[in-house]
Amino acid sequence: MSEAATEPLPQAGAVKSSWRFNSMIGLNIVALVFGLGFWQLVTSLGVVGLPTPVQVFNQAIASISSGLLVSDALASLARVLTGFILGIAVAVPVGFLMGWYPTARGLIEPYIQFFRTIPPLAIIPLAIVTMGIGEVPKIFVIFLAAFLTSVVATFQGVISVDRTLINAARVLGARDATIFRRVVIPASTPFIMVGVRIGLGSSWATVVAAELIAAQSGLGFRMQQGQLYYDLPVIFVSLITIGILGLIMDRIVIAADRRLTAWQEKA
Amino acid sequence: MNPKISFKDVSRTFDVAGRPIFKALDRFSLDIEDGEFITVVGPSGCGKSTAMNIAAGLLQPSSGQVVVDGVEVKGPGPERGVIFQQYALFPWLTVRENVEFGLRLQNIPKQKRREIADHFIDLVGLKDFAHALPKMLSGGMKQRCAIARAYAVNPKILLMDEPFGALDALTRVQLQDQLLQTWSKERRTVMFITHDVDEAVYLANRVVVMAARPGRLDRIIDVGLPYPRTEEIRLSPEFATLRNEVWRAVYHPAAAA
Ligand SMILES: Nc1ncnc2c1ncn2[C@@H]1O[C@H](COP(=O)(O)OP(=O)(O)OP(=O)(O)O)[C@@H](O)[C@H]1O
Ligand SMILES: [Mg+2]
Repeated sequence: MSEAATEPLPQAGAVKSSWRFNSMIGLNIVALVFGLGFWQLVTSLGVVGLPTPVQVFNQAIASISSGLLVSDALASLARVLTGFILGIAVAVPVGFLMGWYPTARGLIEPYIQFFRTIPPLAIIPLAIVTMGIGEVPKIFVIFLAAFLTSVVATFQGVISVDRTLINAARVLGARDATIFRRVVIPASTPFIMVGVRIGLGSSWATVVAAELIAAQSGLGFRMQQGQLYYDLPVIFVSLITIGILGLIMDRIVIAADRRLTAWQEKA
Repeated sequence: MNPKISFKDVSRTFDVAGRPIFKALDRFSLDIEDGEFITVVGPSGCGKSTAMNIAAGLLQPSSGQVVVDGVEVKGPGPERGVIFQQYALFPWLTVRENVEFGLRLQNIPKQKRREIADHFIDLVGLKDFAHALPKMLSGGMKQRCAIARAYAVNPKILLMDEPFGALDALTRVQLQDQLLQTWSKERRTVMFITHDVDEAVYLANRVVVMAARPGRLDRIIDVGLPYPRTEEIRLSPEFATLRNEVWRAVYHPAAAA
């Protein structure tokens, strides 16, 4: 069977896709410049009562040099990451448990399905009343947001593991514990990563909202202050920071996903 | 001599809600001798995979039993290698890691594991792809990797469920010849399921023909052609006669008892 070596590897259209990538970036930049120009135009003509890009930029410089922007961003990030990591850390084992043991599924699933229908934000009033106005209620709500999305994804991953892969492991001598570690976990990673990505998105959305309602720091709190004092540039700076940080976190998850699931056959 | 694998009145029913109980396999009995190459043919749904999965220990019989080396099958075991139609490679492992999977479970030291894996990877001609992930392999290469993985744990019995079903004619013939080569070198007992009448006759000592509704053994046809099987044999009148006989058996089964 030495003809194997001559079988061609599927060649990706490397040249073509790199061209496409570069022109995509080019288009993105064009869109960005146009957007800023349009913003400058309508605000400087006084069509809308919003700050100009220059005013927002100056506010950003001021916020950075006063240290407020950084401390706000860090406060929000700390809440998101704590809640999010706790949420994933609990969701993954619970999801595995539900997928692997029908009994666990039967016991846990009704609660998850029920709480999933309640937006995490709706829990905030309850959380504040029962847990006070410190960090705990905010982190709890974020935890809930991350947990609920990831637990379902993990569970889906486990129940959709290809039976033949499990059988293949069994006939090679694997027992349940090995099958779980060597087959079920890697096979459900793509699903888990989808859950992580969605979970991070909803954690981020939740933190800002939680800070709007009750906080003494954070980007949401800063916007709330801006609203109070009618300080539009401050609101803009916070909004843009939220967007940029969210984007960066999403990219990090995507990069992690690429590494962890590079083995997947993509159609 | 005792048979290597013995199906004793094996039946399997499937109880699907809203349908009458379905007899996928009805009182199936078959003795396979040590070192024998058996092929199983029959129409779709006649219980071929069901019979094989019961022998593999992946499915419980509703009644009857399968005995391997005098011991009733209770579950899967490394002495029975299985090759699935859908390759069933672990997509997150490289070719070598796939082949090493079973060896790892036996706690074979790393160095030795490497050696064994490389030997079988070489045997199936995947040397240059030892570090490739399954997604980079063609269908034929995936199947060869699956074969290497099954061989690596040195099973005395190979259960193969339409392993070459999805391959093109040329790759198929190459893999058939390679399978026969290793089989005659290492004398394993093989139960090989196929849809292809040519393939069934070309490989086997005996061809087992099954019939459907209920899934059952229809007849056993002795091939009696010498090994090694060659292109000459494949094109001989004797081969044609046997092929016709199997063909007729598949399409005109005896009435169910
Ligand atoms: N888990 C199951 N539940 C219900 N019915 C099943 C199940 N597995 C198999 N069957 C039925 O049993 C019959 C025999 O199935 P089996 O897979 O053994 O057929 P086969 O001979 O291997 O067919 P093919 O050549 O198409 O692979 C089929 O009619 C199938 O529908
Ligand atoms: Mg089948």
